Amino acid sequence: MTSTRPLDRFRSSPLLWPLVALVVLLAANAVVRPSFLALRFQDGHLYGSLVDILKNGAPTLLIALGMCLVIATRGIDLSVGAVVAIAGAVACSSIVGAGDPTSAKAAFVGMGLALALCAVLGLWNGFLVAALRIQPIIATLVLMTAGRGIAMLITDGQIITVRNPTFRTVGAGFLLLPVSILIAVAVFVLVAIVTRKTALGLLIESVGINPEASRLAGLRSRTIRWTVYVFAAICAGIAGLMISSNVSAADANNAGLWIEMDAILAVVIGGTSLAGGRYSLAGTLLGALIIQTLTTTVYSMGIAPEITLVFKAVVVIAVCLLQAPKVRAVLLRRTPRRPARPVSDAEPAAAQHAQTPTASMVEKVAQS
Amino acid sequence: MSVDAKQAPREAGRAAVVQMRGISVEFPGVKALQEVDFRLLPGEVHALMGENGAGKSTLIKALTGVYTPTAGVTLLDGREVSFSGPADAQDSGISTVYQEVNLCPNLTVAENILLGREPRRFGAVDGRACRARAAELLADMGLHIDPGSVLAEHPIAIQQLVAIARAVAVDAKVLILDEPTSSLDQDEVAELFRIMRVLRDRGVAILFVSHFLEQVYEISDRMTVLRNGRLVGEHLTADLSRLDLVSLMIGRELGALAEVERLAGQAGEEASTVPVLQATGVGRKGSVAPFDLQINRGEVVGLAGLLGSGRTELARLLFGADRPDSGQVRIDGKALHLRSPRAAIAAGIAYCSEDRKGEGVVADLSIRDNLILAMQAANGWARPIPRKTKDQLVEKWIKALDIRPADPDALVGKLSGGNQQKVLLARWLITKPKVLILDEPTRGIDIGAKTQIQKLVAELAQEGMAVVYISAELEEVARLSHRVVVMKDRSKIAELDQHATVDDIMRLIAHVDERSEAVAA
Ligand SMILES: Nc1ncnc2c1ncn2[C@@H]1O[C@H](COP(=O)(O)OP(=O)(O)OP(=O)(O)O)[C@@H](O)[C@H]1O
Ligand SMILES: [Mg+2]
Repeated sequence: MTSTRPLDRFRSSPLLWPLVALVVLLAANAVVRPSFLALRFQDGHLYGSLVDILKNGAPTLLIALGMCLVIATRGIDLSVGAVVAIAGAVACSSIVGAGDPTSAKAAFVGMGLALALCAVLGLWNGFLVAALRIQPIIATLVLMTAGRGIAMLITDGQIITVRNPTFRTVGAGFLLLPVSILIAVAVFVLVAIVTRKTALGLLIESVGINPEASRLAGLRSRTIRWTVYVFAAICAGIAGLMISSNVSAADANNAGLWIEMDAILAVVIGGTSLAGGRYSLAGTLLGALIIQTLTTTVYSMGIAPEITLVFKAVVVIAVCLLQAPKVRAVLLRRTPRRPARPVSDAEPAAAQHAQTPTASMVEKVAQS
Repeated sequence: MSVDAKQAPREAGRAAVVQMRGISVEFPGVKALQEVDFRLLPGEVHALMGENGAGKSTLIKALTGVYTPTAGVTLLDGREVSFSGPADAQDSGISTVYQEVNLCPNLTVAENILLGREPRRFGAVDGRACRARAAELLADMGLHIDPGSVLAEHPIAIQQLVAIARAVAVDAKVLILDEPTSSLDQDEVAELFRIMRVLRDRGVAILFVSHFLEQVYEISDRMTVLRNGRLVGEHLTADLSRLDLVSLMIGRELGALAEVERLAGQAGEEASTVPVLQATGVGRKGSVAPFDLQINRGEVVGLAGLLGSGRTELARLLFGADRPDSGQVRIDGKALHLRSPRAAIAAGIAYCSEDRKGEGVVADLSIRDNLILAMQAANGWARPIPRKTKDQLVEKWIKALDIRPADPDALVGKLSGGNQQKVLLARWLITKPKVLILDEPTRGIDIGAKTQIQKLVAELAQEGMAVVYISAELEEVARLSHRVVVMKDRSKIAELDQHATVDDIMRLIAHVDERSEAVAA
């Protein structure tokens, strides 16, 4: 009996299906392209498609982490893509304008400036949402639209290229693994520790589930909401530095384009509801990996990149549908509703699993 | 329907409208109902009785298709049915008011009442007709509020009445009311009972849940008793004494009611005269007129008044839930700036809201997290309560208030209404406040637990806690309080001492002619 228990726990874990989906996606790739799983060790660096997925997924993961906490408080942040562009623009133009554009000092000053500005942008979002109580989707839409304009102003509408080895390390450097992976992992671990080892996670969830009850229980609802927007903006800032460092350039138009969608999707696939409340960081991690693998799969199978968007759209629709109580009810009804006959314990549970959003969704995508 | 209810003896000779056989409902880890049989006759008021968590609401939800039973059949007018949800049940003539008010807070009162069946003109919703029809329905219930006002502006009791008006508005053959009276005053209850009698005599079958025995004996013809998810009996009300009913419900041959009554809390000896909280001229425009109030150590101060008299509003001001715009509050002599609930909590004030779903429990968190929430918030995020302390506290309070299920990891949203109330109460007791403001703390709590809570309040006061006790049940207020503050038309009109009786209080607030205005304000 006892030996089956951990297995049961695992079976009822909400992470199961995202995990299965990821494995299926990876397996599909491996079948189509056997070299997919290969890892090479060369000059002290690890290479391979898997490493590429992790590396390219790092910015998405970072942003998804911030987004996850924002969503947990019943919010959403549409401006992260614009913040990515602004971070890159500030860092690059600062480095280019420095006395010695190749020095480490220029790089650090540029990145520091960029992150500081991102924090201010986060404060702005938080101000609109928490203090002025504007609906998050509208409040962050302001910066989403204005942000790219700001980035254009900073770069004068040009693509700024830099040649700074220190700056380049962030997005393209290696320390056995690509540095960007290490940064993303570090931030992930940090957030996990800070939210789960302190009471912050509980307070965030409480605010997301019932803001008024939380306020009356003495929580600083406003400060908490404000803080998560600042955190999300800083995450987006770091992601922006990675992206522009990777190509050694700031592209105000295209850097981080649509990345907010990927981030939201990653959070939702990971089992965090857009209605706020309970969130899962591990789920978000899986979600980000699934998204990136999906993107990579489409590319590597030689499908036009534009189609990627269509795939993601399909995923969004599927997720939304499967989150809708009505659709769930319809899907669930089919199995357990056999009146007048006691249903064994295992059956309804299994039926529920079969309906997990991610599974059917990813299957659908994988098949097409 | 033309069943002549007056002629026929209440029980015999009528086919049941609703018949449920062998109904079982299971949730992960909980058998909420086990092979329960139930029948409801036309033209009767049928009381469904049982302790908190006995399965009353679950049975109702199984009937209306909210939950799918794992076993059993449901017959409506002799035909087997299985509803896909409340709307489906409604289409078949079963109109339900669930225990937790289930309306749209952002819509107007009229829209809430008529949602989905608005009067139309040229295909478009006719707003004016809508409001007129709603006003009519409300007036029927003795309620004179503006049907164009937004629902959320009204206190929970009015919302409950609106939900009832909505259910009554359809011509249903079965009307289900799950604890409709839990936050109503005597007058509203009387009004509701009048309507129920009219409907009953028209042949409507009414299912009624309440923890107030007097009400049950006043209105019901028959009752079904549940205990721990099992059927323990179906009786004519007239045949079952209160004593037997209570024994059936709690399953013990307790010297029942007498014992329960004896255990109930009583206002203790004279309270001290050391003031803990002093409010002078505290008020807020449009909410409560400026009032003075002093609460002493170890004193229970009752707040009495009709619905809409400003009881809850006064409490919210003292807690900083609404910011007072005049006056001053002192705690232990120190002036307190009531910016927010947080400031009030830091000063030692706790407020247990009457609206447990909207302002109380955090449904998707566990019992454990809900219990420690206020304490944790006061500690700040950086200092989590150690696991061990947490477990001890949680275990202690689950036991002390007999919260069921006694599983700290159970989600509070899945608990029965009464158990949610206990969780909320315990959350505040854990913070060991100096002043505890309880707004309808026994709302929806079964009689056993109710006396338990009253006793607890009396004990806490004896230990020196100052308690503000708000309840629509004047008897409870009069018995527990050292002093009773009477509210009317949103101002404090009198303070009575320990010897105040229900009649004294009633006399002060009895002139109900302006009541409708007070409610509408
Ligand atoms: N959705 C759910 N998930 C899990 N357990 C549930 C759910 N709904 C109810 N329960 C459990 O089923 C049992 C019966 O609950 P129910 O709400 O029917 O009680 P009740 O008789 O209405 O009590 P009360 O008088 O407090 O309202 C309780 O133990 C409760 O915890
Ligand atoms: Mg109930």
